Amino acid sequence: MMDCKKATRLASESQERKLKTGEKLELKLHLAICSGCRNFAHQVGILRGLARDYARGEEKAPPQDQPQDAGKSSPEE
Amino acid sequence: MPDDAVTAQKSQGGEVPLESLQDPHFLQNLRQQMVKFARLQLRDEDLAEDAVQEALAGALKNADSFARQSALRTWVFSILKYKIADALRHRQRVIASSELGDDEHREQAFMDALFKTNGHWHKAERPTSWSGPQGGVQSEHFWRVFDACLNGLPEKQARVFMMREFIELESEEICSQLDLTTSNLYVILYRARMRLRKCLESSWFSPDERKTLRKEGRK
Ligand SMILES: [Zn+2]
Repeated sequence: MMDCKKATRLASESQERKLKTGEKLELKLHLAICSGCRNFAHQVGILRGLARDYARGEEKAPPQDQPQDAGKSSPEE
Repeated sequence: MPDDAVTAQKSQGGEVPLESLQDPHFLQNLRQQMVKFARLQLRDEDLAEDAVQEALAGALKNADSFARQSALRTWVFSILKYKIADALRHRQRVIASSELGDDEHREQAFMDALFKTNGHWHKAERPTSWSGPQGGVQSEHFWRVFDACLNGLPEKQARVFMMREFIELESEEICSQLDLTTSNLYVILYRARMRLRKCLESSWFSPDERKTLRKEGRK
């Protein structure tokens, strides 16, 4: 069976790439029986959310506050 | 100088957006956040100040299109991200790129301490369940802890993690900017996440902390 080292590696990589079917299956099987890795897999997603909130100035702007055209025009100029 | 922008016309929203730019408290606050953000990523006081200065100047040019302070803040940070990515791109040549960067020996030791020789968690290191960090308990105190944990990452891990999760660059882009192979990138991000989660768990999500957190939430 897949060990925790491998399982956490895959859980992390799933944030960057689509796992192959075999990898996904093996990971799923491992997570079903391992609470530590299950928590880890959940936490990598939480980390992503936290990092993005943090990067946005530690405050979530309500969606209607988005500046018009901000996404389209280049902020470079 | 921001004066031109400040005296410019009103927003389409009909609110009084430019007030915010005349509000020294808001500007100072924003600037501080930006400097902190830039410093974390660039790890260089001067480069960070430059990036913030340029981003602010760029943002103020367009300030008339913002109805609210929070929108302006979002906009300013998105510009800052570009400036930082740019600065990193330039600096990349200066940084000697040893394969995985940070001290490989130390990293191995860190991993060995987490897992037994059979590859399974040491009992004490097994991740526990975090309760509700996404649910609005992101207090000032939490962000200070988060900040400290980020600062505790080895330099290369911190940079790669921030490029991926703050600037939201794709893997290929980070690899080409930092001259990394994809598998090296995966390893670096894996290690960064491992360290960050461990740090957050012990300094924020540990059972004792969780109790105080719930109490705070009830207020
Ligand atoms: Zn496991």
